[in-house]
Amino acid sequence: MDRCHMLRDIANTRKSFFDQGYLDEQFIQLEELQDNSNPNFVEEVVTLFYRDSARFLYNLDQALEKRPLDFNKLDSLMHQFKGSSSSIGAKKVKIECTNFRAYCNAQNAEGCKRTYQHVKREYTCLKKKLEAYFQDLRQVGPIEMACRPR
Amino acid sequence: MNLGGGQVVNKQSMMPSSSSASWKSTTGGGVSGGGGGGGDGGVPDQFPAGLRVLVVDDDPTCLKILEKMLRNCNYEVTKCNRAEVALSHLRENKNGFDVVISDVHMPDMDGFKLLEHIGIEMDLPVIMMSADDSKSVVMKGVTHGACDYLIKPVRIEALRNIWQHVVRKRKHEWKEFEPSASADEQKPPEEPDYSSSANEGHNWKNTKRRKDEDDEADERDDSSSLKKPRVVWSVELHQQFVAAVNQLGIDKAVPKKILELMNVPGLTRENVASHLQKYRLYLRRLSGSQHPGGLSTGFMGSPEAGYGSISSLNGLDLQALAASGQLGQLPPQSLATLQAAALGRSNNSKSPISVPVIDQRNIFSFENPKRYTEVQSQHLTNNNNTNKQMNLLPGIPTNMEPKQFVSLHQSGQHSFGSMNNQVLIQMGGQNQNQNQNQSQSHGHGHGQGQGQGQSIPNAIPHHGMRQQPVLSSEMLTRGGVVDLATTTVYNPVVSQASSLVDFSMNHKTDSSGNSYPLGGSLGISNITSSSSTLQGDGSLDSKVSRRGIVPSYDIFNDLNQNGYRDWGLQDVGLTFDQSPPVLLQHSRSSGQEMGGQNRNLTTTGTHRNGSNIGQPRNTYVGENSLRVKAESFNDGSSHNNLYPEQYGQDDLLAAILKQQQQQESVGQPENEFGFDGYALDNLPV
Repeated sequence: MDRCHMLRDIANTRKSFFDQGYLDEQFIQLEELQDNSNPNFVEEVVTLFYRDSARFLYNLDQALEKRPLDFNKLDSLMHQFKGSSSSIGAKKVKIECTNFRAYCNAQNAEGCKRTYQHVKREYTCLKKKLEAYFQDLRQVGPIEMACRPR
Repeated sequence: MNLGGGQVVNKQSMMPSSSSASWKSTTGGGVSGGGGGGGDGGVPDQFPAGLRVLVVDDDPTCLKILEKMLRNCNYEVTKCNRAEVALSHLRENKNGFDVVISDVHMPDMDGFKLLEHIGIEMDLPVIMMSADDSKSVVMKGVTHGACDYLIKPVRIEALRNIWQHVVRKRKHEWKEFEPSASADEQKPPEEPDYSSSANEGHNWKNTKRRKDEDDEADERDDSSSLKKPRVVWSVELHQQFVAAVNQLGIDKAVPKKILELMNVPGLTRENVASHLQKYRLYLRRLSGSQHPGGLSTGFMGSPEAGYGSISSLNGLDLQALAASGQLGQLPPQSLATLQAAALGRSNNSKSPISVPVIDQRNIFSFENPKRYTEVQSQHLTNNNNTNKQMNLLPGIPTNMEPKQFVSLHQSGQHSFGSMNNQVLIQMGGQNQNQNQNQSQSHGHGHGQGQGQGQSIPNAIPHHGMRQQPVLSSEMLTRGGVVDLATTTVYNPVVSQASSLVDFSMNHKTDSSGNSYPLGGSLGISNITSSSSTLQGDGSLDSKVSRRGIVPSYDIFNDLNQNGYRDWGLQDVGLTFDQSPPVLLQHSRSSGQEMGGQNRNLTTTGTHRNGSNIGQPRNTYVGENSLRVKAESFNDGSSHNNLYPEQYGQDDLLAAILKQQQQQESVGQPENEFGFDGYALDNLPV
């Protein structure tokens, strides 16, 4: 029963991700790719994303320190980051990335910096949520996959 | 139609059922599944299962996801995170992949450049991907010859259907082969004059229908001949090809003679024909592409920068020249310089115009530059070593460096068509120069060509062909991709001249002087001419509205008939810059196929795809473009005629064959085609 509760909780958590707009349809695509040959595919991808995207954030931090701001470079960096985020379905992160790029195009330094903070915030928030989520999944065990509601 | 899946029964449960069924029925065994000749997918019988996909993306997350998705589609996946690595994979194993999926933004090489490379060298279908869905980028994909453009995040459904691009390319290749097989069955609808697009379309359709009917029969009966092993146009081979074409003269370069000159065992006329087609397209593309900065993409990733700047230079110069409208006034030197500039090749600046032409040849030779643009550029750039004379040393690639090609290619690619058109137009006016051109045996074309080029302004009015705005400057500027989309100059008369122009691009060393002169002075214009060649083909051209479909016609004719005549001209039409195909438009139809379409590529040429075809880049281009066009053209590119081309191809072939039969020496008709090529490349950038 405990397991059932856990499963239910996990399912609810997952649902909240979508309802609250943290994740979008793309995440479901990843889930659908998961199968017996790749039982932890989603977690692997998300982990890879967070590992790889750290460098984007590092570069963006650096670029935002420069004076004057190189908007082209910022835009280019953020474009890649956005692409990466969208591939795992990180919806809110993607939205903030779009905002950031809009400010870049408008050459609005303040707007860029402000939006960048939003990006980082959403990024970190989602990371925590997903980490907890996958941890729960692992606890529940593989069987969970079969009965996890989609 | 020979889907290339052979007679396989699609057992793939993963594949959409509808596609499975179609596979089964259509494959007449043309492309044997067993990974036969054309380097088909690993398991042809279960096509598209086993489709060999190469994925290139610097983002590891996306790469991992794509790999999994493709595996779930039962494709064989190879992933790379760097474009250079991907290229080396492709080069090492030329027939090892069926389709390439590449991201647009990559740190080590721009995705479009990669697209062009692939189109020229391998003529594989290339699908671009990006999170950027802005119209300009998508358009760029189209013009560079990409078969398709996916927006990230990519869904698995989008990947399931990528096999269609492989099939489409193969189909075009086969079609090219078909002509010879079904030559006698050609319907007589096509008329010799290509001026009427309606006819072309009609012809194409007829040809297509006929082809389809014949396909199965042919395939079954003669699958071996239909399905020729893909010929890989190595640098040496291409150089030989280019040399042969130059020797014959771009106007007179017919596959048969080229084949004889090349004297390569195992090479068939069809191989040469398709390669020629691509080459021509490439040349056309080169002449047509005038983006000042366009060259930067560089075929091989060569110094694009050089191009860009130079091209702009050239463009200006050209304009000036064009404005002068004086025939032959253009001093060879200047032309050469322009050309060189256009090509971005600093070293060329000194060489006389003629040299550039020769370079073109080199371009091809150096790497299968399927893309004509590349060829063109290289051609121009290579001025340095080749002799001025048009007759380039057979198969001796003048120092064309791959890089050069690439850069040229890139820039040329885009505007290639347009450029050509431009040139053609100019050339057209020159019809009178035809004589001159013809007489010029060697690179003396400059003088003539120049005149021709000069007369550009006049030319246009002459022919009354679709007036292409005299983008002379644009066109000439090889550097940039000239999007002559608007220039669908269809000057039949010009054809003569255009052929010259075109040829020059293609490198006809002594092509009736015309080509060279263009080459020389027009070195740049050649590019345009190449594209224009398409235009030149009156009949084709009209069809393709801009694209210069006409050229494609020629190609087909050649394909269909063994005695093609001026291949050079023909292919121009087909390869639009836009061909995405890379295809890019990319894939020289493995040399064997005339269409070269397969190959590219684009380019693809429309990348696409090119082995040594040094010269007729245009041809390739044409081929690829045809292919590409069909596939990906839908875009806003100015010519949407791609589709018609598609259909028309068959008809064209029929028509062409007919024509050939009727006329022996087709210097002229081909020219027409060649010129039309311009039209094709009018894709607006």
